[in-house]
Amino acid sequence: MNVETIFFYLLGAVFVGSALMMVTRRNPVIAALYLILNFFCLAGIYLTLHAQFIAVIQILVYAGAIMVLFVFVIMLLNLSDERRLSEAISFKKIVAGGLSVALLLELLYIFVYRKTDLPTLNAERSIEIGTVESIGRHLFTKFLFPFEVTSILLLAAIVGAVVLAKRRLD
Amino acid sequence: MATEIVLISLLKILVVVLTILTCVVFLVYIERRVSAFVQNRVGPNRTGPYGLLQTVADVVKLLMKEDIVPRNAYKAIHDLAPIISIGVALSTFAVIPIGDTIELFGRQIKLIIADVNVGILYILAITSLGVYGITLAGWSSNNKYSLLGGLRSSAQLISYELSMGLSIVGVLMVSGTLQLDKIVQHQTTYLFGWLPAWNMFLQPIGFITFVTAAFAETNRLPFDLPEAEPELVGGYHTEYTGLKFGLFFLAEYANMITASAVITTLFLGGWHLPYVEYVGLSSFILSLVYVGTFCVKVAAVMMFFIIIRWTLPRFRYDQLMNLGWKLMLPITIINVLLTGIVLLILH
Repeated sequence: MNVETIFFYLLGAVFVGSALMMVTRRNPVIAALYLILNFFCLAGIYLTLHAQFIAVIQILVYAGAIMVLFVFVIMLLNLSDERRLSEAISFKKIVAGGLSVALLLELLYIFVYRKTDLPTLNAERSIEIGTVESIGRHLFTKFLFPFEVTSILLLAAIVGAVVLAKRRLD
Repeated sequence: MATEIVLISLLKILVVVLTILTCVVFLVYIERRVSAFVQNRVGPNRTGPYGLLQTVADVVKLLMKEDIVPRNAYKAIHDLAPIISIGVALSTFAVIPIGDTIELFGRQIKLIIADVNVGILYILAITSLGVYGITLAGWSSNNKYSLLGGLRSSAQLISYELSMGLSIVGVLMVSGTLQLDKIVQHQTTYLFGWLPAWNMFLQPIGFITFVTAAFAETNRLPFDLPEAEPELVGGYHTEYTGLKFGLFFLAEYANMITASAVITTLFLGGWHLPYVEYVGLSSFILSLVYVGTFCVKVAAVMMFFIIIRWTLPRFRYDQLMNLGWKLMLPITIINVLLTGIVLLILH
């Protein structure tokens, strides 16, 4: 077992553990903290795959920006031990549970039966792919159209947010 | 070979962390003396020669104090918060080049702990996590003043972080890399044959916006809203005593050193001393000169931080938000556009 495999199992264990803790905590702030730990483990797993850029972006965007906003809102609303969240079983919950089970079965099918079909990468190639330069080059050549469409989508979302906030003010 | 690399890295980490901790002791002393000088007071001058041992005495006092945790505080988080603060403050230094390579015992050693190819992004990512220490300290204390301090800290981060990131984009466009080592290398050339090509001259707008954001990031006046002592008692660390308060104090000054080092590296030419390569020093002496230059530049930026503290009054909450979103963000975006146009014309 090489160092990377050891790291993978270590990070994976903390990853799954923190995810479980996150959904079972009653206190929303503590749950948010477990989610941040979860993001860190994910970034660590990216690093073992030599994807430095994605790893840093994972921390910068999710742990550093989005979760700060989440924690800010949770604290502002001052939700302490939220018991109202544990409501009775509803239609929504049944659908969500069904979809989760379907996803789990799909993943199991891929990883257990179709294992040989998965693309493999050797170490040198993956180092090449993970750098900022190669991601940038691919974004602006091969994937230019999806990239531009995404930026238009984000722009539309920003305009929508401004319109909604403005209406409340006027 | 692998163990050798690990040993060298561990040694570098040890040297850097010990240097930062020692610097903090002197920085606190210098801050108090300069503040006294600005306000026409004497300042601490009794403990040791010129009062130099004042901070040492303060540290001993903090170590001896009782650690009090409020009854309704969330104990685990209350303990965790100062650790996050100090951890973040110290780990940013990992990617900052302190000097060029140095030859010791027959091998070339790069004077940087981790030369990763996403250096700048690493700095942005880690510094944006520093806010958790403050926010969680405020929340876990279960005190309304602390909570307000913590909330202000998150709101502050949201206001300045975007313009901080965007003001670096100009530097990236000019030097064409995210590696801090190469960004410094890029600044060792000369403009028009005489002006050092520091990013401060190439990116004046980015420089000003970045320094402003750095003040907000280190919670220094005029942006020390999370602790604003006239309004919030002590802000986020109201309920902290003894060593845990000491850790927050240490983190604040370590943050200031790190921010100064980042400003030096990105905009002030890093470890490079202009024209020194023409003097003809031996490579070993030259390496030492570079390290010395880096320290002097960082010290100069820190002095600027201290003097600004007594020059500008504190911003109000909404004023900071206005400044961040309505002034600095558009300016940095325009800066990116202008840099792009100029680079397009030049090439």
